[in-house]
Amino acid sequence: MNGYGLAEQYSGISNQRRGTKVMDSALIPNGVRRCSLDKFLVALAVVGAVLLWGVYAMLLCWFKGLNQTNMNDNYGFALWIWADLAVIALGGGAFFTGFLKYIIAKDELKNIINYAVLIGFICYSSALLILAIDIGQPLRGWFIFWHANVHSMLTEVAFCLSCYFMVLTIEYIPLILENRQIDRVPFFHHLSHNMHSTMAVFAATGAFLSFFHQGSLGGVAGVLFGRPFAYREGLFIWPWTFFLFTWSAAAYGPCFTLMVTRITEAISGKKLVKDNVVELLAKISGWMMTTYIIAKIIDTFYWANVTAPSKGFNLIDFYSNNGFYGIWILVLEIVLGGIVPAAILITDKGRKSPIARNTAFVLAVIGVSVNRWVMVLQVMAVPIMTFDTWALYFPSWQEVATTILPVAYGIMLIMISYRYLPIFPQEAELNPAD
Amino acid sequence: MKQEHGGVVTQKYGMVVDLDLCTGCGSCMVACMAENNVPFREDETDKLKSITWMRVYKLTNGKHYPETDICYLPRPCQHCEGSHGHSPCVSVCPATATDYDNQTGIVSQIYTRCFGCRYCMGACPYHARYFNWYDPIWPEGMERYLNPNVSPRMRGVVEKCSFCFHRYQAAKDKAHLDGQKEIDEDAYQTACTQACPAGAITFGDLDNPNHAVHELKKQPDTFRLLEKLGTNTKVYYVSSREWVRRAGDNYLKTEGLKKAVL
Repeated sequence: MNGYGLAEQYSGISNQRRGTKVMDSALIPNGVRRCSLDKFLVALAVVGAVLLWGVYAMLLCWFKGLNQTNMNDNYGFALWIWADLAVIALGGGAFFTGFLKYIIAKDELKNIINYAVLIGFICYSSALLILAIDIGQPLRGWFIFWHANVHSMLTEVAFCLSCYFMVLTIEYIPLILENRQIDRVPFFHHLSHNMHSTMAVFAATGAFLSFFHQGSLGGVAGVLFGRPFAYREGLFIWPWTFFLFTWSAAAYGPCFTLMVTRITEAISGKKLVKDNVVELLAKISGWMMTTYIIAKIIDTFYWANVTAPSKGFNLIDFYSNNGFYGIWILVLEIVLGGIVPAAILITDKGRKSPIARNTAFVLAVIGVSVNRWVMVLQVMAVPIMTFDTWALYFPSWQEVATTILPVAYGIMLIMISYRYLPIFPQEAELNPAD
Repeated sequence: MKQEHGGVVTQKYGMVVDLDLCTGCGSCMVACMAENNVPFREDETDKLKSITWMRVYKLTNGKHYPETDICYLPRPCQHCEGSHGHSPCVSVCPATATDYDNQTGIVSQIYTRCFGCRYCMGACPYHARYFNWYDPIWPEGMERYLNPNVSPRMRGVVEKCSFCFHRYQAAKDKAHLDGQKEIDEDAYQTACTQACPAGAITFGDLDNPNHAVHELKKQPDTFRLLEKLGTNTKVYYVSSREWVRRAGDNYLKTEGLKKAVL
């Protein structure tokens, strides 16, 4: 059984039954309905136009250099690094859902694991693309592997990120092979079957790699002992941010998977995943978030009262005397983006209410994104020398376009995958043909 | 004292800058740019994109006339030693494009290996590292005045003060040819040191008792920038004014001024 047996029971082509046969119906999974090819192509073209805008900006950055951005010598790390950290945290749903499904044996999650993998694949490929734009000498990008400095957190990020992207690709391939026409080829059919049967190994590898690169991304900021806003003590060579980033990616990543699932349901006008599956993942995410936010509060308390004062800073120094970063951002991250969604998702009532649940997903996504923002941009903004000043920055249109580029690419890949691949095993059952 | 490191005599080059002597004339900045082929653009109004290996900051005591006071503070790369060469920027570079030289105590930058990730810039609390946002283009004819001993840098890489390392290499070669084991104090001096008309900058081997900096750094009014961070810099500053010394680091309101760690 390859996990899509249910869909196979609906061997009739629903689009044909409804008298709305589409030109590419031979490619569409059995038993599900899709919009007309024309409508699909128009939507694809609209998103494609946004993607082309991003590609144009990307080419400008590659050919003319990073002077196309509003980064400067105070802001060597800016919007792109935040986007990298954010999409990798949000893509954490892939490794954690895989871990729960294959290692902890939460079998119900087989109904959402495909989408989690697809979203993870998009997030990680986006991160790699953004990194390729962000470096000053893109043709030397391979130096990070060739001249690797084993003491650098960024080296660990590069290695683990690349390896995990390969794992995600291996996890995504069987899904592509499930396409109706590809599956008809015996070799691909058996390849897909065999890959599915060994997927637990890749899920375990993915969880292992993710632990390190999510952590290393936290370490990128945490090891900066020249930046008191970012610096944290830790365990052996790992600052506390190492563990906090891994924990938060596992906690918040599934919320992003669930949020995107809900958006897909809203756009397609169909229920795609049963509530018990959503509620299970939401419950686990909620408890993970609860434990994370407790650890985060302890970390913040220790940093504010011990670490920062030992460097000559009071907490309020990081949140005053500038036009943007106030204490509100700490409240937004920890209270609105952490405590509130966690409180909603750990209660049965909160999980069962679609409005409360979806609100929690959105708040969680905002919360983890704000955490990554402050750990990149606020780190750069805070003055350290007493005669220095706050440095605020606003991204150029090229930076914005290249950050939207992967979003457009992700939407297109989801559109194509949803149309032609059996992403949601419960779709046919939840939306029976007329 | 000089130390033996792997059988080789090592130095720890550093500076002592007397802030009471500095007039803020900027000669050190100009000399540095000329010596090290530092690129510039026609429009340098955006100082956050200007490359100034040596930058002179203007500090004020924040008081009104007649108590107002100012101080100019030249800031080259501080060549942090951190803990056992674990300087903030060296340890983070993913491609080993920057290194702490145990033989000289100088933090180097390998331009041809740097791929421009700018992590080192984020790690440096002194803003001593600069990114080449633009191609280095010299006014017509000026390329003939470039220093042949210093390679110009390309767009997309990070650069910073090297304590005029090419001068160290030349002095070392000369000492070798002259049959000397040690480099004389005068044989290796940075461009900024020589250009300072007030004699505010003194450069040499901090560990060598024959070099002036060895004693100068022990003056009672000495401090280093951001010592609390543990960067363990090799640029010492001297000022008789307490507010200037206090400006060298961040202090909690209730905290007293600390003495430099030698």
